[in-house]
Amino acid sequence: MDDLGFIAGSYVVTFGAILVYVVSVVRRSRRAGRDVPRSERPWT
Amino acid sequence: MTTTAERNVTGTAFTRGLGVVTIAGIVLLVILGLFVSPADVNQGESVRIMYAHVPGAWLAYLAFIVTAVSSAAYLWPRTRSLTWDRIAGASAEVGVLFMAISLITGSLWGRITWGTYWTWDARLTTTAFLFVTYVGYLAVRGLGGSHQQRAKRSAVLALLAVLEIPLVHFSVELWNTLHQEASVAGRGTDVTMDGLMLFCLFLGVIVFTLMYVWLVLHRQRALHLQDMLDDTGLDAALAARRAEANV
Repeated sequence: MDDLGFIAGSYVVTFGAILVYVVSVVRRSRRAGRDVPRSERPWT
Repeated sequence: MTTTAERNVTGTAFTRGLGVVTIAGIVLLVILGLFVSPADVNQGESVRIMYAHVPGAWLAYLAFIVTAVSSAAYLWPRTRSLTWDRIAGASAEVGVLFMAISLITGSLWGRITWGTYWTWDARLTTTAFLFVTYVGYLAVRGLGGSHQQRAKRSAVLALLAVLEIPLVHFSVELWNTLHQEASVAGRGTDVTMDGLMLFCLFLGVIVFTLMYVWLVLHRQRALHLQDMLDDTGLDAALAARRAEANV
């Protein structure tokens, strides 16, 4: 396959960046959720 | 040791189901996009980058439009609610992520097709300008003040920023550019793409849409929690100040 590094790299960048963002969102929500009782969360 | 309830702070049965479907979609997209779909007659194997690049750009547009609509809903007195502001903020954040992905994958694609990672072409320049505008929007959201002040100033900015999207989209028709015209929905464009390539492209759009919904739901709930904590902290500070004054 021609230019394999660029093609595979584009997929790694795409899903790698999304994974990093998902981890950051989950960590921030857990940190904030520690001090908010479950009963006060409107979506639960 | 954390319990399941502590781990699922912003999750619900719906978001968990959505997450599973999204991961399955990503796996299918990677397999079809990288190994099954055919090479393009003109662009060869590099066309595989399209299945991440184009959905990234389209969903970034959608995210910024949602930001503008939510901002308008906040500014409209009858629908004014901080929930709209949080949806706007979450959507802009995800939009910036998708736009960054589109810029980087486009740069890699450009290196193969044009022989350069970057050129000051109309489409690339307007896209970079749109990206920087929304990074600025997120910075403005982070400035101090009450939640209402944050919501109002960022809503006005979002309504101005969204006007850049038509400029970016039609830049390939307004100016001579290296970037190709719209692949699927261009003016007078006949879709001549191979069936499997077209299927991969639309699968990419569906997968990115599912990711967008999942991310915005979680992020706006996290913002809600943060706002609740800010309010609690402010109440505590005011109570402490009043107690000091009464001594």
